[in-house]
Amino acid sequence: MERTPLNGIGRLASSRQLHIALATAVFLIYPFLVSDYFIDIAFYFGIYTLLGLSLNIVLGEVGLFDLGHAGFYAIGAYTTAILNTKFGIPILVLLPLSALAAALFAYVVCSPIIHLQGDYLLIVTLGMGEIVRLALINNPFDLTGGPNGVFGIDFPSLGPWLVIDSSLEYYFLIWLIVGLTILGLTRLQDSRIGRAWNYIREDETAANANGIDSRSYKLLAFVLGAALAGVAGNVYASKLMCVSPESFSFWESCLMFCIVLIGGMGSIPGVIIGAAFISLFPEIFRPFAMYRMLIFGSAMMLMMMFRPGGVWPRKRGAVKYESLLEGTGRSDA
Amino acid sequence: MPERRTHAAGETVLETKGLTKIFGGLIAVNSLDLKVHKGEILSLIGPNGAGKTTVFNVVSGIYRPEFGEVFFRGERITGKKPHQIVSHGIARTFQNIRLFPDMTCRENVMAGRHCRSTSGLFSSIFRTPGQRTEEDMIKGTAEKRLRQVNLWKSRDDLAKNIAYGSQRMLEIARALASDPKLLVLDEPSSGLNPRETRDLMAFLQDIIREEDVTILLIEHDMNMVMGISDWVVVMDGGRKIAEEGIPDDIYADQRVIEAYLGKDDEDSTAYDVPAEH
Amino acid sequence: MHVILEQIINGLTIGSFYALIALGYSMVYGVLKLINFAHGDFFTLGSYLGYTVLVFGAALLTAHFGLWGALMAALIFAGVSLAIVGLIVERVAYRPVYPAGRLPAVVSALGASIFLQNAIMVVWGPRFQAYPAALIPNVHIQLGNIHLTLLQIVILLLSFVLMGTLYYIVQKTTFGAAIRATAHDRKTASLMGININKVILFVFTLGPALGAVTGIMVGMYYRQISFTMGWNYGLKAFTASVLGGIGNIPGAMLGGLILGVLEMLGAAYISAAWKDVFVFIILILVLIFRPTGILGEKTAEKV
Repeated sequence: MERTPLNGIGRLASSRQLHIALATAVFLIYPFLVSDYFIDIAFYFGIYTLLGLSLNIVLGEVGLFDLGHAGFYAIGAYTTAILNTKFGIPILVLLPLSALAAALFAYVVCSPIIHLQGDYLLIVTLGMGEIVRLALINNPFDLTGGPNGVFGIDFPSLGPWLVIDSSLEYYFLIWLIVGLTILGLTRLQDSRIGRAWNYIREDETAANANGIDSRSYKLLAFVLGAALAGVAGNVYASKLMCVSPESFSFWESCLMFCIVLIGGMGSIPGVIIGAAFISLFPEIFRPFAMYRMLIFGSAMMLMMMFRPGGVWPRKRGAVKYESLLEGTGRSDA
Repeated sequence: MPERRTHAAGETVLETKGLTKIFGGLIAVNSLDLKVHKGEILSLIGPNGAGKTTVFNVVSGIYRPEFGEVFFRGERITGKKPHQIVSHGIARTFQNIRLFPDMTCRENVMAGRHCRSTSGLFSSIFRTPGQRTEEDMIKGTAEKRLRQVNLWKSRDDLAKNIAYGSQRMLEIARALASDPKLLVLDEPSSGLNPRETRDLMAFLQDIIREEDVTILLIEHDMNMVMGISDWVVVMDGGRKIAEEGIPDDIYADQRVIEAYLGKDDEDSTAYDVPAEH
Repeated sequence: MHVILEQIINGLTIGSFYALIALGYSMVYGVLKLINFAHGDFFTLGSYLGYTVLVFGAALLTAHFGLWGALMAALIFAGVSLAIVGLIVERVAYRPVYPAGRLPAVVSALGASIFLQNAIMVVWGPRFQAYPAALIPNVHIQLGNIHLTLLQIVILLLSFVLMGTLYYIVQKTTFGAAIRATAHDRKTASLMGININKVILFVFTLGPALGAVTGIMVGMYYRQISFTMGWNYGLKAFTASVLGGIGNIPGAMLGGLILGVLEMLGAAYISAAWKDVFVFIILILVLIFRPTGILGEKTAEKV
């Protein structure tokens, strides 16, 4: 049989499906082969993947320098922590509420600063993240518990039928959320919204001149990114059973920034690789004790020297598109 | 020589009244009155710094004028934002080509359809039937426009990787994808070789004949101005200097020659004066 | 009244720390449009090197050069060492990454920062180190109602001499003009025959050296140092340089001093716990209404 381009697409799609099926299989089998300690490591890998995906919307897709993303993560985690410990609201109910709280916060805070360009946005988001962290330390209205944070957060449960309280169950919870997020974001990438974000990243003036309301789309990216970070905060808070300001420092924002850039801006597989690097590297190099962070820092520099565009950048135009018009009599060529 | 359409035959598409734009103390555009009529090609010419591009930037909403009004098909559009002006039906290109360099040619042209489509966050995530139909329509229009400029073969290439002349045509295809009533082109022939310029002229002639579109352009290449314009307006120092007119009259006008040749030595060599007239 | 004056003087003291560190950020940013995240760690490293000289070499140095001589030796040793470290970091971490654009340089800079911070921890240990006490005689000075220490006067004098010298170099000399031209438009500057590499060399030696000197002053002022302190000072100093107009050298000095004074006044009159929040809110407001900072030039994008 002659190889037509359409077969090419079919092959590409099936090889992609094969990869996804393989990855899913590994994720399903892995926790049954290792101890709880390694399941927990994979859980944190999941948290960082979710955080990376959330920042990737803002930084990777739209190209907005956000170095205060830990602030949104903190809002989600503290919403869960406070509402759960003070009012006994179930964690799973708080999952969408935490997302909403972080999204609302992003909307209010980012509206006045969204017009800032490049490094100015970077420093303002950095300031915003620091304000959140400092506010948490200062314990406003006796809500956040100051530097010690909030203790005694529940585990997620749905009546007696579904109780998530073991490492294994948390592992599945976070990776289920990551999986759904990846599905949604992949679809967004190939939609007018995802393209509009990319147009703004490539050239904002040209995007505006082509009918894209850059202000709204930039805000949408922040709101959506914050919502996902809020979800990560919810799961993190219930897993740890306590939250404290030091988990949401500037350093966390820097790590998220690195996840996106190490993987490749706007690349979803890249985010997974970046998150793996950030969360697994210190574990793998644990035997090197105090030298491991030296190696970590050097690895970051080396990576940017040899793969400045990221380890797995998004490839555009890899899937060849075929005509929609040919054979319909509408063709102009 | 292509047939000439007569100026002022159709209704007014674009009109500026007393348009004034000031930067710092510099008056870039000084109470400009301009009328563009339906179905014509109007060229705005003049030396560098005459304020032509500023007029375009005000019309397309990138700058807000200090005084004066802009009307498009009878509606006041002064001070509207660029993305709103595109959905009204004015699409533009840039003097220094502004594509989305790391996106494919096809994705570049699809940008033009953005303002003509409506799918939101949820329909995009859940791939509703309406969203899929709309995506197909976006892709269909993009294909049509890419084929028109002979770039369908480069559809999956990144915009930064195609030839300069192709980039110019891609930018025009992107503007046309929004089905504009007014196409605003800022020096479309700059950087093109004579053959590409001829192709561009033929392409614009085709578009204006076949579609419900009007073209306003800034051009430095006199061959092109004389070749395709129905009407020429000359600017210098932010003002219209000559009575506007048909290309032949403008070409003979002493004041135009002065504006180009007599004042600024630096600029005078930049223009390609037709050999025969 | 004297309380506010004292707070202003305290503010100027920590403000001059911020200003001296901010100069390093601002000079590098001006020339390379790079946020040098490792700069805070240059400052920490300088502080630790000074500590080592003062602790282990103090007896010997004081015997030969006297108290002030020992201090000078520490300052010079740390300054020169950090100038060398700055150059090495530029060569190893930044130069290979420049051609790839600005974002990879951010990651590389963060990597360099992690490396330096942990190198300091490996060498000097993770705990706080106490700076030698009574290095400068604990003399209190009463100026009218205002209460000052000799240490504060030394810090203010040294800071202002350093800033004044840099200001003179940058604003009045030909080489300073080259630096300013490079900050303004690197491409045109290099076409005009300015040796960009020389300018880069200058900012990557002088910036870290100023940071090192500041590190020693901070150690003497607060009496204790830790390997992570670079983050905090770096963040504040970076904020100061943005406040003044990033890339602008007088702006960095002004931004640092204003930040220090605001912080101290905020601590005294609003709340000590919320002073940093106050500082960041001011920063955000300044950027919303004047995105280029206090002394920054407005640049319009040509469309």
